[in-house]
Amino acid sequence: MGVPAVSAAPIEVVEREFGELALNMGPQHPSTHGVLRLVLHLSGETVVKAMPVIGYLHRGVEKLSEHLAYDQLAPVYERDDYLSPTSNSNAYVLAVEKLGGIEVPRRAQWVRALACEWQRIASHLVWLGTLGLDLGGALGGGTTLYMYCFREREKILDWLEALTGTRFHTNVNMVGGVRYDPDAASRAESTAMASEIEAALPELWSMSGGNPIFQERTRGVGVISKDLALGVGVTGPTLRASGVAYDVRAASPYDAYRELPPKVVTRTAGDAEARFQVRFEEIGVSLALVRTITEGLPAGPIFSRKPIKNPKATKLPAGEAYAAVESPRGELGFHIVSDGGPKPYRLKINAPSFKNLQVIPHVVPGGLLADVVATLGSLDPVMGDVDR
Amino acid sequence: MSAPDLTRFGASPAPIGIAIAPGVLLEALRHVRDAHGYRYYVLATAIERETGFEIVHAVRRHDPEDTLFVRVHVGKDAPEVDSAAFVYAGAEWHEREIFDLFGVRFRGHPDPRRILMPDEYPGHPLRKDFAMDTPWGYRP
Repeated sequence: MGVPAVSAAPIEVVEREFGELALNMGPQHPSTHGVLRLVLHLSGETVVKAMPVIGYLHRGVEKLSEHLAYDQLAPVYERDDYLSPTSNSNAYVLAVEKLGGIEVPRRAQWVRALACEWQRIASHLVWLGTLGLDLGGALGGGTTLYMYCFREREKILDWLEALTGTRFHTNVNMVGGVRYDPDAASRAESTAMASEIEAALPELWSMSGGNPIFQERTRGVGVISKDLALGVGVTGPTLRASGVAYDVRAASPYDAYRELPPKVVTRTAGDAEARFQVRFEEIGVSLALVRTITEGLPAGPIFSRKPIKNPKATKLPAGEAYAAVESPRGELGFHIVSDGGPKPYRLKINAPSFKNLQVIPHVVPGGLLADVVATLGSLDPVMGDVDR
Repeated sequence: MSAPDLTRFGASPAPIGIAIAPGVLLEALRHVRDAHGYRYYVLATAIERETGFEIVHAVRRHDPEDTLFVRVHVGKDAPEVDSAAFVYAGAEWHEREIFDLFGVRFRGHPDPRRILMPDEYPGHPLRKDFAMDTPWGYRP
């Protein structure tokens, strides 16, 4: 009995309870598409709570609107959503034209639609490229898809530069018409470019939607149900990917879309892949629209008012108007209240990215940390549009 | 034959939509959502009037499509109105924005903080008495 007795008490294993880990993502994070900050509460790798913090790019555009004349304001809104500036100013001039009963010549309406559709394609290409970056190394080192998208987008920017003198903030729209008129060479270029970009689409698809790794990363991720989509008010491709066939261009047509109803692309899955598919197919729809517009561009004047010498002389009748366009991100509306003076009394911008981003706290919890980036990328927020 | 519909998209010399008493706002929103199919939340905005603030909620149904503007009026002193965030989840951020820029409080709001301006910022910039040349005066 020389063996010493071993203590009978079992060894106690103490598991450390870390509880929730709060992780701050952004505002200087490359995959937050600008200056979005996300406070994520994690349990292991699962997100249990997500709180978006916005406002880092707030420039007080709505306050500024109350201090500038109607004719001075259109370029201001082009700085909001810097990937589709023409849609922004289009929504604004529509609201002013509605309020003031101002006619827009038919050719001007078509030129607006032409610039908007080209920018929609350019915007969707930026979104696709940056989604490739977000999903990371799996997609040919991440930057391959990005570079291929930007190669195509560069052609569009060059064309816009030739037409308007600027690559981005085109300043095409004025209250009562447009500023620039595409000549025959520009229209020929537009048609040729449509064919070039259409030819590049299968390649882009094979690197994104046709890639099994891409499908794995996006399928079933960030599912937005139809009820949630309606209640939160997400808009644009995000809404259509959740099974609601609502496109402002088709539902409440404005300008040239009264004559050119676009095909409304929908999916029902509501996940990141569905949003990807909707946007990708919309590039094709926009290319078809661009062709129709270029071939059928009606002749006539492009501006219905007298040359504007003193912007403050333009006064609108007292009243209220709401006008919306389908920007690449969704319904972009302007609600203008006028008191009869030369400046808006109150102007509200109904920004699509603001509404789409609001869905993050509802869909991100329960998913993995790595999927946050895929969900965010598939929502395509532009922070200039969110913060205004 | 139908009366002219002021609730549609469009321009009108009068405020668009229907004005209701602040006390029945939530009841009215629930009613249009459940009984009339206005399930899509469009926007909320505020307008400063001489006697107070007007809060406007816009909601939409899709088939047939119609956008309804619901307006309530609140007084100028300590303006407060019921929050619609539990009727339409989308109202949450719009109401935070109105609180931030106009100083209108929302009763029962799940997260009543500022959203665009810094949390400690004094003042509400979209009020008419907030001058454009107000010094920034804020250091984080």
